[in-house]
Amino acid sequence: MLLLPALMLSGCNLVLLNPAGDVARQQSDLMIASVILISLIIVPVLIAIGVIAWRYRASNERADYDADWDHSTKLELVVWAAPLLIIVMLGAMTWIGAHQLDPYRPLTRISAGHPVAANAQPLEVEVVSLDWKWLFFYPKYGIATVNELAAPINMPIHFKLTSTTMMNSFFIPSLAGQIYTMPGMQTVLHAVINKPGNYKGFSSNYSGHGFTDMRFRFLGMSQQDFSRWVAKVRAGGSDLDRKAFDQLSKPSRAVPVHYYAHVDADLYHHILNRCVDPGQVCMDKIMAIDANSIRAAHGSDADKALSGNPSMTAPAHDAATN
Amino acid sequence: MPDRPAIWNFLLGRLSLSSLPLDNTILVWTFVVVALGGAALLATITYYRKWGYLWHEWFTSVDHKRLGVMYMVLGTVMLLRGFADAIMMRSQQAVAFGSNMGYLPPHHYDQIFTAHGAIMIFFVAMPYIAGFMNFVMPLQIGARDVAFPFLNNFSFWLTVAGVVLFMTSLFIGDFSHAGWLGMPPVSELKQSPGPGVDYYIWGLQLSGLGTLLTGINFVVTVVKMRAPGMTLMKMPMFSWTTLCTSGLIVVTFPILTATLFLLSLDRYLGTHFFTNGFGGNVMMYVNLIWVWGHPEVYILILPMFGLYSEIVPTFSGKRLFGYSSMVYATASIMILSYLVWLHHFFTMGSGADVNSFFALTTMLISIPTGAKIFNWLFTMYRGRVRFDVPMLWTMGFLFTFTIGGMTGVMLSVAPADFLLHNSLFLVAHFHNVIIGGVVFGVFAGINYWFPKAFGFRLDEFWGKMSFWFWQIGFWVAFGPLYVLGLMGVTRRLSHFTDPSLQIWFIIAAFGAFLILLGILSFVMQIYVSIRRRDQLAVGNDPWGGRTLEWSTSSPPPPYNFAFIPMVHERDAWTDMKKHGYQRPLEGFNAIHMPKNTGTGVVLAALGTVFGFAMVWYIWWLAVVSFVALIAVAIVHTFNYDRDGHISAEEVSQFEHTGNWEPKAQGATA
Amino acid sequence: MNTVAIDTAPAEPRKFLCLEEAHPHNGTLLGFWLYLMSDCFIFASLFACNAVLGTSYAGGPTGHDVFDLPGLAVNTALLLISSVTFGFAMLEMARQRKRAVLVWLAVSGLLAAAFVGLEIHEFVTMIAAGAGPDRSAFLSSFFALVGTHGLHVSVGILWLIVLMFQLGKHGFTEANRRRLFCLSMFWHFLDLVWIGVFSYVYLVGVLR
Repeated sequence: MLLLPALMLSGCNLVLLNPAGDVARQQSDLMIASVILISLIIVPVLIAIGVIAWRYRASNERADYDADWDHSTKLELVVWAAPLLIIVMLGAMTWIGAHQLDPYRPLTRISAGHPVAANAQPLEVEVVSLDWKWLFFYPKYGIATVNELAAPINMPIHFKLTSTTMMNSFFIPSLAGQIYTMPGMQTVLHAVINKPGNYKGFSSNYSGHGFTDMRFRFLGMSQQDFSRWVAKVRAGGSDLDRKAFDQLSKPSRAVPVHYYAHVDADLYHHILNRCVDPGQVCMDKIMAIDANSIRAAHGSDADKALSGNPSMTAPAHDAATN
Repeated sequence: MPDRPAIWNFLLGRLSLSSLPLDNTILVWTFVVVALGGAALLATITYYRKWGYLWHEWFTSVDHKRLGVMYMVLGTVMLLRGFADAIMMRSQQAVAFGSNMGYLPPHHYDQIFTAHGAIMIFFVAMPYIAGFMNFVMPLQIGARDVAFPFLNNFSFWLTVAGVVLFMTSLFIGDFSHAGWLGMPPVSELKQSPGPGVDYYIWGLQLSGLGTLLTGINFVVTVVKMRAPGMTLMKMPMFSWTTLCTSGLIVVTFPILTATLFLLSLDRYLGTHFFTNGFGGNVMMYVNLIWVWGHPEVYILILPMFGLYSEIVPTFSGKRLFGYSSMVYATASIMILSYLVWLHHFFTMGSGADVNSFFALTTMLISIPTGAKIFNWLFTMYRGRVRFDVPMLWTMGFLFTFTIGGMTGVMLSVAPADFLLHNSLFLVAHFHNVIIGGVVFGVFAGINYWFPKAFGFRLDEFWGKMSFWFWQIGFWVAFGPLYVLGLMGVTRRLSHFTDPSLQIWFIIAAFGAFLILLGILSFVMQIYVSIRRRDQLAVGNDPWGGRTLEWSTSSPPPPYNFAFIPMVHERDAWTDMKKHGYQRPLEGFNAIHMPKNTGTGVVLAALGTVFGFAMVWYIWWLAVVSFVALIAVAIVHTFNYDRDGHISAEEVSQFEHTGNWEPKAQGATA
Repeated sequence: MNTVAIDTAPAEPRKFLCLEEAHPHNGTLLGFWLYLMSDCFIFASLFACNAVLGTSYAGGPTGHDVFDLPGLAVNTALLLISSVTFGFAMLEMARQRKRAVLVWLAVSGLLAAAFVGLEIHEFVTMIAAGAGPDRSAFLSSFFALVGTHGLHVSVGILWLIVLMFQLGKHGFTEANRRRLFCLSMFWHFLDLVWIGVFSYVYLVGVLR
């Protein structure tokens, strides 16, 4: 009976315990290490629950009984100190791990024992979560793809991520831990894939009715295959300009893979700053204006830097928000 | 607004016939069943002419024991509703693979998981703990009632008001699909223009106010109304945890109120707190809601820790081991729970230092929690442990909760959480601690204190059936979710493509079915026990209890204690038994007690109408009900005559006819 | 230590009951104080929002553009003085002088009403000038915080009127004295919150 779950487990792919990317690998190792550490105390406790319950059952007259025994300084010390010790170790591990595996920190190694070469340029990918699909920009190649992401193995990948309307979480379990994507904000993730393969990617943060279908595939491939893949995207793709993006950003579910051979150079910047629609002022510009009005307020001329900008003065709640 | 004459829009706001979900067969049938069941219930009450009894003896009652029982009934009814949601999700996920889309389209499925989470926390777990605190705490500290009996009644009816709004959303309009915490941007007007999120907001605002008043009420009760001699360090553990939980309620529920208030400003007045443009900041909502949300789970678990701390010594026939360390552990958990909220979103990109800090505070909580587990074990050690049903549930808790604690520590390791966050592993973990900790505790407590509330014990056979179905069902239902989580499956999905996952979801659905049998066994247990109540009748102290609630009759008289007890030690009742205490049978005095009042019911009903009007933009009704609410509250303050007397003769009569069983006293002490 | 206590059981039987009727302490003041603390957390949340969103002008007006500091000084003075006059009312209550109490209460209420009136005027002016709560996150947080405070003051005024009736009718009964104490705490609490609003939202808002 006990073997049954074990058998079933061996048949399935516990990807979190055996990922193909170095960052996920290290995170997974930390997870396993924490289980081992905490087992030092949990396993004895679980055994003690059974043993004590059995030994001191009411029908066992042979066990000693002391109705007033309610205090033992030594035991209390152990009770507080033992978990504390474990937590100190676990805490140290976590502190180091959290800093080493900080998604914002550029990679220092490709895999255990293989540091990143000094002159290595990471693959830049800009990720946008839309309702409800994923758009990937490759700024170096001027291409973009929907619901398919590819990267050469053993090359650091530098993701910059944002979202159009919803909060999503970008997650390829085989590659690295997840990171949120949020409208008007940019998050960053550094990762590397070590084995070629076809991996699952998806959003892991609920974002509305089409969330279930927000899946993409992540292809890890050799450098040559990657070049071929880029060529394929260039050959078979259409253009992605503001208009095409407007079309794409309309809510849709279970969107098939799509390639874009040419991409407006600053489209990602406009998405991030929520100004794909030419009528909108970019958020970075608004922030500059805000910063400016603070400065202006303290200067002699308190007039607005805004005066020449009618679109910003009307409270256009419905059209402009969200 | 629907297209119709303006007068209708004025009268009905955005409510129209099309708001009724007539196209959804599941809901139509649910409505038919609920309507028939409700009609049958109302007819029965009318037939037996019980309306007057219910109104005078229960609905308007300010007696903490009656309110406690009503909270428990409310929690049980809502448990059935929340579990219906659960079993729908489990069956959907078991079948929705490949070309089979299952029977729940996303817009329905999303409402179901939102309703399941919100109902289980706010209208199952919260009423249950409020019920226990109400019923037990005043008895334990030797008080006649709580500090503010009227507020106590009002709190209960506010909770009911929230329930009514939530349940109304089932049949008029729809419910929120934004998850149990109503996270923007999904919950913003642009993404959720319908009434669902508004039902959620007003339901929680009403019940949240009720919870806050309960918190204030109980802190004052514990601080001011303890029996003479009961210093804080002689107070029973359950009362201690009630104090800590109530304190947490006072400092956290206002934050929920404020956060939902800001969300409603966004939705009603077009402000920009959490919108995507105009400087709004979604992350602020995430932070604020978890500043409330994390302490909330400790609000739920602390009273349960207290409850286990009563059950373990009672059934081990022994003092609680390490009482003061239990108190300190409770207090430190209370404080630490306020410092860990960010661990719910390590992956939002807060940076390594912030993540590390919150990971460490999270791990720190496991130390006092671990100490508590050890203390319960050492309480059993050198004891004589009787495995009656309450103790069985406690054993199930110790086993299940410890494992849940382990997976919790895994999740608290911030870098590992980047993999586990939002996965089914996480779902399995929090069900592991909430079912293992809170739900098992609820059943332990019901089995433990039921005889005190009604004078007869609960049937043992069905109690054990319920326990084993739950215990096994839990692991069959959530074990597979742990595995699926490690396979990288995320939560809240309504459809899957990878067929290799299906077997696990089928097992999980089977587990949910076992839990269903557990719940039915519980209902059966209540039914059978009521039928056999004469055989199961008990005296004042069926378990060999140690605290003051067992010193009075079962059920206790309205005034709890004919004479206020004097406390010399912890385990005051054990102390009394040990010293051969004889209860007096004469010399009673008249007792001051507060009068029942229907004001709480009226206020909460007006609040419900106000909430409904706001949900549907029926502004005139909102104004009228709000003004009426204020007016009734003011009129209530002009009533200075709130106390009544129970005469010495009546007291004497209660004391002579109540359920006492002198021979049980000291039987096991 | 407990084992010791049990081993040395007292020779004469312990007394386990209070045979005379006990009068538990009234907890209303403590309860009301707890309510004020919980209210503090509502204001704390709103202050936190203001701290986060205080410079998110979305290209719209800043604190410097919309805040009228001289008008605000009058406003603040009104509220602070009403706290003082409420204090006089409490002193008169200690002397059991009902008429004087009612007069001071009325003065406090009128001052607070003037405060609320000025605040409404400020809001209306701002909204008319296109600086309404839907203009920017900064203004949203401003209106929410100041409006919530103003709402509290308005509730206080309503409560004050009701209490004046009750005092007039029943005099200084125990219940009425307790209520007046509670209202007094509420009144001073709102003053304290206003000092926070004034210095953090307005002064810092103008300066940054």
